[in-house]
Amino acid sequence: MNHSELAEEFIKDADRTTWHDETLWWVRQKRDKAAFQIPEWEALREAASSIKNNVLSNMHDYLVAFEAKATQNGFKIHWAADAEEHNQIVLGIMKDAGITAMIKSKSMLTEECHLNDYLEKNGIDVVDTDLGERIVQLRHEMPSHIVLPAIHLKKEDVGETFHKYLGTEKGNKDPQYLTEAARQHLREKFVTRKAALTGVNFAIAETGEFVVCTNEGNADMGAHLADIHIASMGFEKIIPERKHLGVFLRLLARSATGQPITTYSSHFKSPRPGQQMHIVIVDNGRSRQLGRPEFRSSLKCIRCGACMNTCPVYRRSGGHSYHSAVAGPIGSILAPNLDMTKNADLPFASTLCGSCTNVCPVKIDIHDQLYKWRQVLVQGGHVPFAKTVAMRAMTFTLSHPGVFGFAGKVGRMVMNVAPFMVSNGLNPWYKQREMPAPPEESFREWYSKNRNGESS
Amino acid sequence: MKVGLFIPCYVDQFYPKVAIATLELLEKFGCEVDFPANQTCCGQPMANSGFEHMTQGCNDLFAENFQGFDYIVCPSGSCTLHIKEHLGVPEITTRCYELTEFLTDILKVDTIKVKFPYKVGLHQSCHGQRGLKIAQMSELNAPAFSKIEQLLHQVEGIELVNLDRKDECCGFGGTFCVAEEALSARMGQDRVLDHVKNGTQVLTAADMSCLMHLEGIIRRQKLPIRVMHLAEILNGVEVEELQSQV
Amino acid sequence: MESRARILQAIAQNQPEHQPLPDISTLAVVDYDPREKFIATLEGIGGRVVEISTLEEVKAYITTEFAQTERVISTLEELAPVAEINWLSDDPHTLENVDLFVMRADFGVAENGALWVTQEYMGQRAAPFITQNLAVVLNHSELVPTMHHAYERIGQTDYPFGMFLAGPSKTADIEQSLVLGAHGSRTMTVFLLMSE
Repeated sequence: MNHSELAEEFIKDADRTTWHDETLWWVRQKRDKAAFQIPEWEALREAASSIKNNVLSNMHDYLVAFEAKATQNGFKIHWAADAEEHNQIVLGIMKDAGITAMIKSKSMLTEECHLNDYLEKNGIDVVDTDLGERIVQLRHEMPSHIVLPAIHLKKEDVGETFHKYLGTEKGNKDPQYLTEAARQHLREKFVTRKAALTGVNFAIAETGEFVVCTNEGNADMGAHLADIHIASMGFEKIIPERKHLGVFLRLLARSATGQPITTYSSHFKSPRPGQQMHIVIVDNGRSRQLGRPEFRSSLKCIRCGACMNTCPVYRRSGGHSYHSAVAGPIGSILAPNLDMTKNADLPFASTLCGSCTNVCPVKIDIHDQLYKWRQVLVQGGHVPFAKTVAMRAMTFTLSHPGVFGFAGKVGRMVMNVAPFMVSNGLNPWYKQREMPAPPEESFREWYSKNRNGESS
Repeated sequence: MKVGLFIPCYVDQFYPKVAIATLELLEKFGCEVDFPANQTCCGQPMANSGFEHMTQGCNDLFAENFQGFDYIVCPSGSCTLHIKEHLGVPEITTRCYELTEFLTDILKVDTIKVKFPYKVGLHQSCHGQRGLKIAQMSELNAPAFSKIEQLLHQVEGIELVNLDRKDECCGFGGTFCVAEEALSARMGQDRVLDHVKNGTQVLTAADMSCLMHLEGIIRRQKLPIRVMHLAEILNGVEVEELQSQV
Repeated sequence: MESRARILQAIAQNQPEHQPLPDISTLAVVDYDPREKFIATLEGIGGRVVEISTLEEVKAYITTEFAQTERVISTLEELAPVAEINWLSDDPHTLENVDLFVMRADFGVAENGALWVTQEYMGQRAAPFITQNLAVVLNHSELVPTMHHAYERIGQTDYPFGMFLAGPSKTADIEQSLVLGAHGSRTMTVFLLMSE
């Protein structure tokens, strides 16, 4: 199903749509509150954008420098050309160590690679430890938001899931109670599992360290107790110097949830004595995106989710209607690069209102890229042929003033004389809106009568 | 000052009164206005649907029609923005103005002798706001301003309504309005609800596309809200049948 | 060609023209009193701030708030009478039953109520996370206004592990309801040492 079909399904439950919309709008408002407390907010965004532009232009050298330093620090660096290879590398590390159970903290990259499914098929048990991720894992669902994975679920839904899988009281939907249950359930995993996988928020070329930001402490509980820590990163997560973290850490949490900073911003520079630490650097289409002049800046993304929270379309259709690991506006400019056929609908799931572009902490011109992807997809033949035919007719009409005037006149006449021809169930506009009332004459007709043909 | 009047295709065909109001308003402020009769459309609906490569015909026709004016003025933010970004003829695009910004920035209008004693809900059309910077957007930590409000405040008796969401998109979005009908309608309904909740009697905007969409919803829901383009309010058009709009 | 070479080659071919780095030295705008801001922000994110004049007060806090049976560990030798201090070489898994961990922080950041702590301050990486309750001693004079100042201060210091720690662990993953105490510590108290 494509976005418009999935969105239509979502919207059928009008009250739930209102709830989803208002919940995410509230997150947008929290961002506003945080941003407006920083007088230099717009200068910060500009700085972050420039730093990331520099990164894109020096990506090769930064990655090589990072690899050298990180290796010196005691990390083992792996390179994965695609999702399959990433998964194989992770499996390989587990098999070499003879470990069959792993814990994971939030990593959208691993969602993109479908790591969990791959590992499960190969005999590795994976438990997601971010609370939202654990909830959707138990429900066999994908996360619907990159920062708030379970935002599409109500307390009752979580209560039901935990009752079924964790044995909590039936009908108890108190968030405190449910979180406590998850704490106990996952604590047992932290303390017993020997391998932990985390994502990477920022990797520093200058020092060969990487930073993981969480509120829950789950990434650290995993990493500091496990014998093996695997960190998966898209190569675009690299930043030049430690001091640039000052810019990004000031922007990230404020943009995401309105907090001044996440509870933990953990800087990993070398393994614990006796611990193995691996970093898997992943391409999976990113180098191809890097080569697209109009779309490469989408790789600046720091995965804050602000664009999703502000998007009036995302709020009313939900992350699952984007059928991708990363949803919303940023997802819609990343996904076509991964699969143009499957994701051709996404850049059209927008009114191009531009709100996303203006909350993006790294100033990605998201709505302009949505427009540009539409051109690429149409010219690449990914849009239904009927649309092309209709457009050819439209182009002809609009290039010929006489035809345009005549067509308009006929349309208005039909609407006046036989309104049911237009105002019926076959006309999608008419489902929930009245058609505009057809006037007696067009403006050009009025003008030629009333201004005595003073036209050029 | 020779002004070429650029009228959006759907305004020409379905909302001639808005074009008439725009024309009369410009003439009141001393402009010599001409409406090139062979204009059709800016090409936006096609370009936004991914068919920018087919819009050369539209562009050529536009450039031909609008040669030789001091300014080209249009009562639509989205059409003006589209021409400015996609026509590719600098002598023309640099002279293009949306109506509101033309009145404030070029004509520097500071007196509008009109009475409009109503609660007016201003819908902030996205392309005019975020694209042409006609008003500050809520996303930015930057000084507030609004060229539209600047003009509306000159109208006697007007009371601007405080909306819950000042600049959320109405959901029209061009072909989006039918391609994603459920979403488009839902977005529009939510906008309308905001106006109902906050007491709007007359809903206005600088873009007739947004208003066409919102009015369609208002009339389907039989709500007692009148919809008027900004040009009509500023030109002193009477509010018709406010009570019996239903 | 193996993946590393292929990826790096594709990147080298596809990356755009060089763009310079911006000057970030003048970004910070400080229009507040750092200490006031620090306390207000930390309390706003679920931390507790207690102003103290000596470490004796921390001892008193431990003995009144924590029962004899509860396990208290610390990296501060001064707290030896009331806390274990010889756990640094223990297997981190054995810290699972710790009720309170008391450590020092290097410095605090006013704009977000965060504390910078490196591994030497933590004793062991797992300690500040695995403990049920966390307390941190901070000299009141060791406060910087913003993250830019923080990284200036950190400079090129080498640490195997370091973190900015801002309040107790938390989550809002269940219908945006904020719950303090997710997987890390349930509470976080900062003892702001007013002397020294």
